[in-house]
Amino acid sequence: MTTSQSVTTFRRNPPTGMRAGFGMLTRIVRTKAEKGHHVRNQTVKAAVLVASALLLAACGTNKTESGSSGGNNSSNTQQGCDQSKDTLVIGVIAPQSGGLSALGLGIRNSAELAVEQANEKCAVPGYKLKVQTEDDQATPQVGAQAATRLSSNAKVIGVIGTLNSSVAQSVQPVLQAKKIVQVSPANTSPSLTRGDDFLNNPKRKYDNYFRVCATDDVQGPFAAKYLVGKAGKKSIAIITDGKTYGEGLASEFKKQAEKDGAKIVATEKVGEKDTDFSTVINAVRGANPDAIYYGGEYPQAGPLSKQAKDLGLNVPVMGGDGVYDPKFIELGGKEGDLATSVGAPVDSLDTAKAFVDAYKAKKYKDELGAYGAFSYDAANVIIGALAQTVKSGDWSESQRAALITNVGSFSAPGATGELKFDQYGDSTNKLMTVYKVSGGKWNPDETGTFGG
Amino acid sequence: MATLLQQLISGLVLGGQIALIALGYTMVYGIIQLINFAHGEVFMVSVFGALATYNWFIPESWQQTWPLALLAMLVGAVVVAVVLAVLMERFAYRPLRNAPRLAPLITALGVSVMLKEIVRLSFPGATAAVHVPRAFWDEPITFKVPGGTVVIGSTGLLVIVVAIVGAVLLQVYISRSRMGRAMRATAQDPDTARLMGVDPNRTIVLTFVIGGALAGVAGVLYGVHLNNVDTDAGFLTGIFAFTAAVLGGVGSIKGAVIGGFIIGVIKTVGGQYLPGGTAYDLVWIFVLLILVLVFRPQGLFGEPERVRA
Repeated sequence: MTTSQSVTTFRRNPPTGMRAGFGMLTRIVRTKAEKGHHVRNQTVKAAVLVASALLLAACGTNKTESGSSGGNNSSNTQQGCDQSKDTLVIGVIAPQSGGLSALGLGIRNSAELAVEQANEKCAVPGYKLKVQTEDDQATPQVGAQAATRLSSNAKVIGVIGTLNSSVAQSVQPVLQAKKIVQVSPANTSPSLTRGDDFLNNPKRKYDNYFRVCATDDVQGPFAAKYLVGKAGKKSIAIITDGKTYGEGLASEFKKQAEKDGAKIVATEKVGEKDTDFSTVINAVRGANPDAIYYGGEYPQAGPLSKQAKDLGLNVPVMGGDGVYDPKFIELGGKEGDLATSVGAPVDSLDTAKAFVDAYKAKKYKDELGAYGAFSYDAANVIIGALAQTVKSGDWSESQRAALITNVGSFSAPGATGELKFDQYGDSTNKLMTVYKVSGGKWNPDETGTFGG
Repeated sequence: MATLLQQLISGLVLGGQIALIALGYTMVYGIIQLINFAHGEVFMVSVFGALATYNWFIPESWQQTWPLALLAMLVGAVVVAVVLAVLMERFAYRPLRNAPRLAPLITALGVSVMLKEIVRLSFPGATAAVHVPRAFWDEPITFKVPGGTVVIGSTGLLVIVVAIVGAVLLQVYISRSRMGRAMRATAQDPDTARLMGVDPNRTIVLTFVIGGALAGVAGVLYGVHLNNVDTDAGFLTGIFAFTAAVLGGVGSIKGAVIGGFIIGVIKTVGGQYLPGGTAYDLVWIFVLLILVLVFRPQGLFGEPERVRA
């Protein structure tokens, strides 16, 4: 049962008189190799090939999400609601697995909460609503597949998502082709609504795309004003993760910071799969920055902040809404670290408080995260516009264009403030808040709007 | 100067972690010519093993005293890693021992995916990165050098020391002990080793046990050094370790350790000084790997294969 597959033949014995030392095992391998060196070569070559293939595929491993995924959430519908006509679907595309799932699960739960409440209130006469969640794994290619799956279903009226701007880029055209309205709770890249030359020549790319959060060209400069103006940091290092969100945020931050008189002393990049950031930190440390601006998300930002401190670079790390998450602190975010997030602090708005209370009452397993309230609002925009579109008639796919128009002209108070869109599909709500880590949690430090 | 030294030190710390894992790759390869791609996941699971021990199996008073906590985490991680490595050998690799070489390689990939998903789905909070306590002496050590200061975290120093001591002990064990001799014999020729009274199965299991234990040690060090872990942790570290083993010459213990340190240093120093900066640091590692494979296919410390009549 344990015989070697090669035929044992007479061959020269391996050299005797072993010298103790590191060479030992090598010699063993060599003698083994004599028996079948081509086998060894093949194995190593194949292994190197496989390893490189793995590295290439690193971002695309297929994960399937367990746990609740849309479906039977619309529980006890109150009596008196006529929902006999059909069940319509609101799609959610967000990461449900991987490092960013903490944000993505908050988005899913909040959308489900909005839909449940709508069903209880008979928001859309004659129809029952349900959520169908697709995992985009924070990857553009997977996001496009998810969008294709949703858009092949005639009952899908709209999509909430995505979390990542880079994923939105590949989802937009798929949904556009079927005229399905998309409302993003979290995309901050300006080009998604106003085209690539968004500053000088804004041009709407997809008329079905809206978002309820503010963009990098608002958020980055707002952060710069705070860090340079209020906190008085004059030599700042910028570190990004190289993704659309992080790069966009950092470049808008940089423009404003330099305008306000700060010097960008170093610019570095980290990898998405990196866990040891010492290279980047050491490179930045030589430039003696008094603050680090990080364009990226909390899974890297938390450990980065902690490792910077360990390596003697004890300066505040500031990031955008992708960093504003309790997980950031758990993973190493330190006292004095900063993050901007869109909207006013949840406690300061009554509509927000009602949402947070309802979310807590549902006892979801996951925190609502930075984008829960936005996702809740996005769902309510779609539901509200749907009610206006259907009125008491019947829904058909041909009404999708009318639904897009109704979302564009929609206006109502939401959990994050006024819900209303400009001609590009951007939220007119430009309120932002700077949060600071103190006492082991995020506390609001300053709320305002960026005036340019 | 200060920056160069600092990058060198960070590179050695990273290299120490890679080296400990690379030893597992190289030993298993040396004995049964299997590239155990799941070895990176054994390392990852062991970090979660250490974390579980800390969270659920030790009293709160131990959590407060770091030597006790560290020891408990070490035991937890090593036990988990060893059990996993032995199970893997028994159920995934032994049935395929006489199959074509590529079969166990593919199995190893399957085991790797399976382990990652099992941890992600079953460990509370493991869908995202989770915090690992520091459990070590907290003061970083700072040196004054011309042009600034150089810092080495106490945990970083621990990583380097443990990697070197571990490799030396392993080398002595393999070259001096009875079981070490059995391992060398099995590697040379399992059939003849059997005739001489060596039980190849037992020897192979022992190899997996040692590799697993080293991965467990690496796991604890990774946890207390970086203070967080996610289920992807084994992937990049595993690829680095595999690369280190190939670079140093698969089968060579010295090669695995030196390969690990070379990769760590290239990543940090290359990220600092080579064109492209930190965004391209991984490129230089694999450029070096390709160069070594082209000009010295047996690796730095592997012995050349001679074709015999």
